[in-house]
Order: sequence, then structure tokens, then C-alpha cells
Amino acid sequence: MKELDPMVFLAVFQEMLGGWLWVYLIAGAATLVAFLALLLRERRIVSRRLVQSELLGLLGGGLALVIMARVSSSGFTDAGGPADWFLIALVYGVGLVATVMLAYTLMGWMRPRTGSTPRST
Amino acid sequence: MKPDSLPPDLAREVQHQRRRFLSQLAGIGTLPLAASLATPARANSVATKARIVIAGAGAAGLTAASRLAAALDGATITVIDGRKEHHYQPGFTLVAAGIKPQEYVISPTASYIPKGVEWVPEPVAEIDPEGKKVITANARAVPYDFLIVATGLELHYLGIEGMDTARIGQDGLGSIYHSPQAATATWGAMSQFAQTGGVGVFGRPAGEMKCAGAPLKYTFITDDRLRRAGQRSKAELVYMAQSKALFGVPIVAEKVRMLFQDRGVKVNHEHVLQSIDLGQRIATYKTPTGTAEQKYDFINVVPPMRAPEVIRKSPLPWTEGPFAADGWVEVDRDTLRHKRYPNVFAVGDIAGVPKGKTAASVKWQVPVAVSHLLGDITGRASGEVYNGYTSCPLITRLGRAMLIEFDYKDNLITSFPGVIAPLEELWISWVMKTMALKPTYISMLRGRA
Repeated sequence: MKELDPMVFLAVFQEMLGGWLWVYLIAGAATLVAFLALLLRERRIVSRRLVQSELLGLLGGGLALVIMARVSSSGFTDAGGPADWFLIALVYGVGLVATVMLAYTLMGWMRPRTGSTPRST
Repeated sequence: MKPDSLPPDLAREVQHQRRRFLSQLAGIGTLPLAASLATPARANSVATKARIVIAGAGAAGLTAASRLAAALDGATITVIDGRKEHHYQPGFTLVAAGIKPQEYVISPTASYIPKGVEWVPEPVAEIDPEGKKVITANARAVPYDFLIVATGLELHYLGIEGMDTARIGQDGLGSIYHSPQAATATWGAMSQFAQTGGVGVFGRPAGEMKCAGAPLKYTFITDDRLRRAGQRSKAELVYMAQSKALFGVPIVAEKVRMLFQDRGVKVNHEHVLQSIDLGQRIATYKTPTGTAEQKYDFINVVPPMRAPEVIRKSPLPWTEGPFAADGWVEVDRDTLRHKRYPNVFAVGDIAGVPKGKTAASVKWQVPVAVSHLLGDITGRASGEVYNGYTSCPLITRLGRAMLIEFDYKDNLITSFPGVIAPLEELWISWVMKTMALKPTYISMLRGRA
């Protein structure tokens, strides 16, 4: 672990996740595209929807920790030092942000804001 | 919506977002391409007709094969090994801890043989460095210009009188190293012990061994299993250290001493397992003052380790010094090149160098040996040096480990300075051990890490 080469990271994640790596990356990219497209379409952040998404995000962060605990055959209660708390915060944060973005985007496209620019049919 | 119909600030932001988004998309799109090109980009850079034989298809042999296959064009690369199953040995402890299933550590050797490399699925029967050829068990002679010795080592169970590997898993007998099946059987015996308590005995052999941290880890894991079962008060754990220290690196030895004290593990120094009575459950140890008997309810036997017979009978081992008796190959510790046969290199467990016999050692040894071999082919000498780096995620309980990395000089090395302290019991180190280590190892076999 003396050199941190991005290609090494890619190789390791490919071995870890197999074909799912690309599924996750594409899903992440698709969410980002849809989120940005929604922002462009609405030209603002819809507060009500954001708050709802954030509430779901709190659960998403928790879910990320549960998944992490399962795949690592351990639990965040095993934390023993600052690096562990950092990792827990990171995992929770990633789960939270990903859920907020996904929920906001899905809600935005499935239930367009009342009074927003009508979609052409 | 066009950006030019937006207010100037928002339009700039939208354009920025688009540019960023497009560049991100382009980046994602090129990742698979980059991945597929990564190996060929390095590949075939050196044209040669050299014949290279790799004796052994374990971690070191396969890693060397992948790196050479990627670097050479036209070379004849032959891997010789009769083992059809590849074993991910760093996972044996996790199998014996009841954390991972047996299949976790088993995969087909064939799946790691790189394209363009011939695999002779026969054991190596003889190595003739004077005649520059390797003879297989079926008497096939494979001539070479360069030889990489990566045979691994021999678990010398017969060196312990009374030991019978067929009985691992019975009568409180455990031995993780033997095989994936034995690791599973050891878990059976240990989990039974964790329910009943009694005397648990651990230790390690004298001499060089692979992953010297493993016997310590298993002591900690057994302690934790007893505690989780609520039986720790009914158990006595004894660790038989072969020397006056618990680990070869003094600062780590001292940390382990403190942890053993904290967990209530009794330590006996200068005790080397000599014989065992499997029926009576009595282990006999050689000590400076004679022999000492120890009754046990559970024991984890770690056998003496030495070079395989094919190496011991060849001219390759050290003829004097600490590595001579067990037949380790006489290589320069900086370059892994044989001291008497310059076209021979030894990597992995079989290399007669101080310190670790671990997958981490392989990861750093192989690129050095390969670079010197390539230097011989191209005529441009390599300056690469192996500093003895090795690492050991030393599990101190289920869910925590200490990420210990060190070199020939017993210096602690930190891959993540300021983030992961080497002597701290951390969950993040456990996460690395259980999640990242195997993918990294497999990437190493494929020459990608």
C-alpha cells in the first residue's frame, strides 16, 4: 500500500464488486444526470421536496451503515478510534447524500411541482 | 432550456454544470476503456525470445507470471505446479474464526494463468540450475534462460511427534494452516471449546514461518469467542512463544504483550512444540531447561515450516547462516536474485530473506525481482530494491485489528499516516482485512495491483 494508483483502486473495486461496479457507476451517473436535468428544468430547489428527501436521507445513511456492517462481518459498534468514526461518518454521509439525491430526483420527475412549467405531452 | 435564456449568473452556472457533467461522463465512459487498455499499454514493450520458467503457481508465481506476460513480447513463459486449487491463505484465519465459509479461500488456479503463459499442471520434481532446466513429476524437462522459484514452503507436521493431520477438528485439535478443510474443522473444534471452556493452548514453531501474526490472531479470536459465549471465566488461555518475544518486531511484541495481559492470556516463553498426545490431549514442549508438558482442551498446532524437498535437494538453498537448515533459497535480500545463479530469482515464502512470508511480501517482492529480470533482458540494469516490507492486519478481536507494516530493520511503516495508527485496535483495519484484502490480493495475482 505504498502507492495510491487510481488504476489499482479500479482493479480492486472490480474484483470486489464484479459486474456490479459498472451497474453502480451507471446508476450513480444516471441519478446525477436526472438530478441536474431536474434542476435545469425547474431552475430552483423545491424546499418541500428537499425536506422530504432529507428525511429519507436520514434512513438511507442508516441503511448504508447496516449494509457496511453486514459485508464487513462486524458493526460500527466495533469502532475503536478516530479513523473509525471518520469511516462511519463517511459511510453514513454517502448513504445520506445518495438517498437525498435519488429521492429528490425521483419525486421531481414523478410528481412535478404544482405550477411548474407544464411538460409537453 | 438554453442557457442564454437564463439570467447571466445562472447561465454561467448551467454552462459550468454542463461542462462538469460532460467531463464527468467522459471520465466514467473512459474508465472501462482505460481499464482494458491498462495492461496492454504496459504490455509487450520488450521483445524477447527468452524462456522463463516459474516454479510454483501460488501467490508469488502467479503474480510473477502476470507481470512478465504483460511486460514481454515473444517470451516463452511456463508455470509449473500440480495444484489445481488456488488457496487464498490470508483468509484461512477468517474461516477458522467462523467469519467466512470455506469456499471463500478456494478458487481454480487456471483462472489466474495469464494469456500467453503455459501452465504445466505437474509438480516440480527437480531443479537443475547448472543445466538450466526444471524436471516435472512426469519427467518432462523444461529448459530456461531465467528461473523464478516460487514453490512456497512445506508444512512439516511430521516434525511434531504424534501429530496426525487427519485428526484436525477432533479431540480439541485445531490447525489452521493445513488446508481450507482444516481451517473449517479448526473452527468446529474452537467453537465447541468456546461453549465449554477449559485450557486453550496456542503458539508458533521456531524458525521461519508464514504470517507470524496468525498464531497471535487466533489466540485473540478464541478469547473473543469465549467472551461472546459468556465462558471466558471458565477458560485459561496459554500462549507458547518460541523465543523471548511474542513477535519479531520489538515494538509490536511489546504491544501484543500488553494486549495479552489485558485479555488474561498467560505467556510461556521459549517453548517449542515437540510432541503431542492427541488422545490424552497433552502437548510437550522443548524449553531451555528440558521439556514441559501442557494439558489442553483445545490447541491450535502451527507446524514447523521449511523449504519443500525439491528445493532442499537442489543446489539453491543457503549453505550457511540462519536460513541454511530449513533450505530457504539463497537470494540477495535487496533484489531477490540468487547469489550463485544470477539467472535465478526466488520470491514468496521460499525466498531466504528475513521477515515476513506473507501475501504483502509477495506484492512488493515480485515487482522488484521482475524488474531485475527485465533489466537482464534489456541490458538496462534495474535499481529497484525490496526493503523487506510486509504487513499484517493483526486481528485483536472480532471487529478490530491493528494494521501492522514493517521492514527489514523493524521500522514500522504507515501507509495511512495520521489516519490509521499502526498499534491501535481499529474497526477500519478489520474492514480492510475482511473487505479489501482479498480483492487486492486477486488484483495482485492478475498483475493489476
